[in-house]
Amino acid sequence: MSPASVPEPAAREAENSASAVKAVPRTVLDASDISRALTRIAHEILERNRGADPVVLLGIPTRGVGLATRISERIAAVEGRSVPTGSLDVTMYRDDIGLKPARALEHTDIPSGGIDGKVVVLIDDVLFSGRTIRAALDAIGDIGRPKAVQLAVLVDRGHRELPIRADYVGKNLPTSLVERVTVHLTEYDGADAVLIADKTVADKTGASA
Amino acid sequence: MRHLLSAGDLSRDDANLILDTAEEMRSLADRPIKKLPALRGRTVVNLFFEDSTRTRISFEAAAKRLSADVINFSAKGSSVSKGESLKDTALTLQAMGADGVVCRHGSSGAPHLLATSGWLNGSVVNAGDGTHEHPTQALLDAFTMRRHLGSLDGRRITIVGDVLHSRVARSNVLLLSTLGAEVTVVAPPTLLPVDMTNWPCATSYDLDGSLAKSDAVMMLRVQRERMNDAFFPSAREYTRRYGLDVHRMAQLPDEAIVLHPGPMNRGMEISADVADSNRSVIVEQVTNGVAIRMAVLYLLLSGSTDSSTDTNPTEEPTA
Repeated sequence: MSPASVPEPAAREAENSASAVKAVPRTVLDASDISRALTRIAHEILERNRGADPVVLLGIPTRGVGLATRISERIAAVEGRSVPTGSLDVTMYRDDIGLKPARALEHTDIPSGGIDGKVVVLIDDVLFSGRTIRAALDAIGDIGRPKAVQLAVLVDRGHRELPIRADYVGKNLPTSLVERVTVHLTEYDGADAVLIADKTVADKTGASA
Repeated sequence: MRHLLSAGDLSRDDANLILDTAEEMRSLADRPIKKLPALRGRTVVNLFFEDSTRTRISFEAAAKRLSADVINFSAKGSSVSKGESLKDTALTLQAMGADGVVCRHGSSGAPHLLATSGWLNGSVVNAGDGTHEHPTQALLDAFTMRRHLGSLDGRRITIVGDVLHSRVARSNVLLLSTLGAEVTVVAPPTLLPVDMTNWPCATSYDLDGSLAKSDAVMMLRVQRERMNDAFFPSAREYTRRYGLDVHRMAQLPDEAIVLHPGPMNRGMEISADVADSNRSVIVEQVTNGVAIRMAVLYLLLSGSTDSSTDTNPTEEPTA
């Protein structure tokens, strides 16, 4: 039915093997770097919002959900109680939805308390053009009216195309547009790492990631 | 796939993709704003040459919840009653720019003709053609069963009634066997097709013998409007041998469910107390129908219509 709804992990692996031909991916964050960054983000979220009370964590599939779970665990360890954590699929809100083949949807799971009046912290792996976050803001608008929306990302690689910034950043990573940033998490890829590689000339016909 | 014409065209992966997508679409019903922007700017035409309540409303609700523009066409009150042909109707729709055409027609194969004739560029969805197929009904039935029974692999499903005239039965047999279920079709000999050797299912004339090992029972409507002949001696005899009443329902395993595609002839193929019992998922089927049709319309229409972009699936959806 959907000819090219490629699952994300497969797509990323394909990219990795393609880029390995030209340049070996370089690890910029290893497992302990990621762990420390997430611990810091968890504390920053608590500090900024004066506790976990108003906070709802929403991860953007796929890897944002894994990051949200980890940040949620760290907040629970500090505060002694868990914060509502869910996932938010933005596929149908993307501005390029009519320009590409139909994509399979990811799971959306809004915590039972809803998001009205809460502080929603969106969590994603890489902040790049800002278009995913714009789509997420639209999706949130259809679900409720939070008191505030904040953004946490593991890597901010720059090259924004929209006036969007992150409130919590694991690592600012200055990149060039010919580079490709890949986040691996144990849940999906078997190991934790942030990799950077030169895109091969062959696979970047108009690709913007 | 550009069109949805037959449940038999779906591979197991295709079918599961539609069912999984419908699962996400169904959660929309719990939201305050039941609207998604996926098909903004697309036009869906409901082309109904045959009467329908739930299928047409269901497709209309599905398209509207995905923000598509919906044009409803029914043969009554249109130029079809002045003698306009299917071809000219299709050319008119094409000229108006229909991205998707949902077609119900009394003649088997009409949606296939629309899809393959070149009259239309849009995607065609078969919403029931004659006595041939009704794929979205089969999908919503499978979806409803999956929500109650889990995976359909190895599940035993009994389809009872007027199989000869039923597009619902044919689509269900094809789809459910694709999904790994063991399907048994039960009907009087006069209401079974002459040659069923190509159907991936077992057949039986005895309802009582099949009930005890069924995980789900689907009762089909006795389609009087398609019966130009006497297929059984009397309605009472049919009800006694093939109708589902509380006594027969008691033979079912505890967790088994009862389905009916509607509209029901209460007292004929299904008794009123069975239709209203807590095993009956008939109302839920209607709710699920909207989610399934949203999933089908989304997967067929949301993507690029320009096939040249299909060759670039590696682009990464990062922020």
